[in-house]
Amino acid sequence: MKEIVVISGKGGTGKTSITASLAYIGGEDLIIADCDVDAADMHLLMDPDFGKAEDFFSGELSLIDQDACIKCGKCQDVCRYDAIPIIDSQYIVDPLGCEGCGYCARVCPTDAITNSQPNVGKCFVSNIRTGSTMVHARLSIGADNSGKLVAKVKKDAKAIAEEQKKIAVLVDGSPGVGCPVVSSLSGASFVILVTEPTVSGLHDLRRVYELVKKFGIKAGCIINKADLNKEVSDDIKIFLKEEDIVLLSEIPYNVKFTEAMTNGKTIVEYDKELGNIISESWEKIKAIEGL
Amino acid sequence: MKIAIASGKGGTGKTTLSTNLASFIAESRECVLSDLDVEEPNSGLFIKAELIHEEDKFKMIPEWEKSKCELCGNCQAVCNFNAVLKMGKMIMVFPELCHGCYACSELCPTDSLPMKQKKMGELKFYKKGNLNFIESKLIIGEEQAVPLIKQTIDYVDEKFGEDVIKIFDSPPGTSCPVIEATKDADFVILVTEPTPFGLHDLKLAVETVKQMEKPFGVVINRHGIGNDGVEMYCREDNIDIIARIPNDRLIAEIYSRGELLYSTIPSVKEAVKSISNYVDKFNSQKKRETK
Repeated sequence: MKEIVVISGKGGTGKTSITASLAYIGGEDLIIADCDVDAADMHLLMDPDFGKAEDFFSGELSLIDQDACIKCGKCQDVCRYDAIPIIDSQYIVDPLGCEGCGYCARVCPTDAITNSQPNVGKCFVSNIRTGSTMVHARLSIGADNSGKLVAKVKKDAKAIAEEQKKIAVLVDGSPGVGCPVVSSLSGASFVILVTEPTVSGLHDLRRVYELVKKFGIKAGCIINKADLNKEVSDDIKIFLKEEDIVLLSEIPYNVKFTEAMTNGKTIVEYDKELGNIISESWEKIKAIEGL
Repeated sequence: MKIAIASGKGGTGKTTLSTNLASFIAESRECVLSDLDVEEPNSGLFIKAELIHEEDKFKMIPEWEKSKCELCGNCQAVCNFNAVLKMGKMIMVFPELCHGCYACSELCPTDSLPMKQKKMGELKFYKKGNLNFIESKLIIGEEQAVPLIKQTIDYVDEKFGEDVIKIFDSPPGTSCPVIEATKDADFVILVTEPTPFGLHDLKLAVETVKQMEKPFGVVINRHGIGNDGVEMYCREDNIDIIARIPNDRLIAEIYSRGELLYSTIPSVKEAVKSISNYVDKFNSQKKRETK
C-alpha cells in the first residue's frame, strides 16, 4: 500500500483543491487523510458525514490547586515558557503558554500542581461522496500537538486502507517546514509538491524540498498558475531538473480553479480542460508508483 | 504599537499586505516590519534594503557529560517529551524532541546534563530609510518554530521603543506558532479571501484572536472572486472590514516578480492608506483610554 502526500511549503498554491481532485479521480481506490489539521478545508469539497468522531488527547497541561498553594513562586521560577503569571495574587497556569513539561509540578513543595492530558482536538472518520473514506481532524485553538494529531490521522487512514485493501492513502499535508509537515512526510512513498511561479512559491518550494530530501522520498511537482510568470516558471523547471523531480503538470492561471471551490466542487468535476491536466498528473503518478 | 498580520488559511496575502503596509508607513515615519513566519519567511523577497546585522539564534538543549553521571535515570523520568533516554550505560538526548524546559538538567543530582546552545536559525536585520526589516529563518529539520519566533520578537522589542509602529507578518494556521506571534500584539489584522476555504479558516482565526482577547479587523484580499460569504459573516458578527483589495491578474503578476504593489496599483495604495488610518485611529483611541 502506497502513501502519497501533497505538500506545498507556501500556502494558497492550490494544494487542497488539487488533492480533492485527485481524491475524486481515485474514487474508491483511495483512502483520504486531511493532515492540514490547522486549517482543514478538504471536507468542504468532500461532503463528509462525520460518521465517527473521537476526542484527541495529547501532551500535558499543568493545573495549580489554589487551596494547596503556599505561593512560594518556585513554579514560576522554573517555568521557561513564562506560562505561570500571577493573576489576582494567585499563581495561574496559562494554558496557551504551557508546554506541558511538568517541571513546575516536580518542584512544588506542597504537591499543589497536577498534570492532565488536555483534549487538543477531534478526529473524524467519514464516508465521503467519492464513495470512499476520509480521516480528518480539527485541532483545538492554540493547541500544541498538531504533529501528533497529524500522526494519528495518518495512522488511522493507513489502518483503514490496509483493512479494505485499497491501493493508496492520499494525504493533504500542512504548510511550512515544521513539526506537522515532518509528521505528514514520515512514511510517505511519493510526494506531490504543488507550487506557483512566484518568487515566494519558488523560495518555499526549495525549502520544503530540502526537508523532503532528508527523508529521501521520491517527488513530483505540479506548477499551478503556470503562465503567471514565465521567467519564474522556467526557474522552477530548472530546479526540478537539477533535483530530479518529475514535472507532473502545469495548470494555467484560471478563475475556474477558484470558482470550482466556491461551488463546492473539485476542479475535475467543474472544468474539463483543467480537469484533464490533473487527470494526466494522476496517470503519471500511477505509472511511477506502479498503482 | 504592535500590529500582527495573520490568517487562518495560507496564501491569502499576509506577506503582500505586511510588506506594502510597512513600506507605505515608512514613507512618513519610522516603522519596523518583522517576518515571524520563520518556517517559510517571504517578506524579505519584497524588501530591498541593506543588511546591517545578522546573528545566529540558539535554543538550549542538554548535553550529557559522562564523567560524573551515576546513571540514576532521573533525567529520563522527568522528561515529558521522551527527549532523554537511558540506554544501558549511556544517556541519549534527542535534540529535535527537546522543548528546552531544563528539568533534566537542573534536577540532575550530579549536574551531568548541562544546557548547551544549539543553532536553530538565523536572524537578519535590514534597513532602508525609515524601514527596519527583521526576519528569522528556521534551519530545515528543526521542528519547533515557537522558540525562534519568541526570540525574534524579543530582539525587536529590545531595539525599538513602544512608539515605533511594528508590523509582524505571522505564520498561517491557528496553532502554537500563531499564538506566539500574535500574543503581544495590540491589534490583529486577519487577511482572508472571499471563498469557502477563506471563510472557514477566517472563522477559526477569529475564534483564536477572540480567545486571546485581541482587538482585530479583517482585510479581504482577491475581492471579487468567490462569493459574499465572508462579507455576510463579518456583518453578522460585527467585525470591521478595514479594506478590500481587488482580485486582479496584474496584481498577481507583480507579486510573482517579488515587487511591491502600492506605488503602481492605486487600489492597493488606497487599501494600505485606509489600514494605516484605521490603525492610527485605534492607537490614539487606546492612548486616550489609558490616560
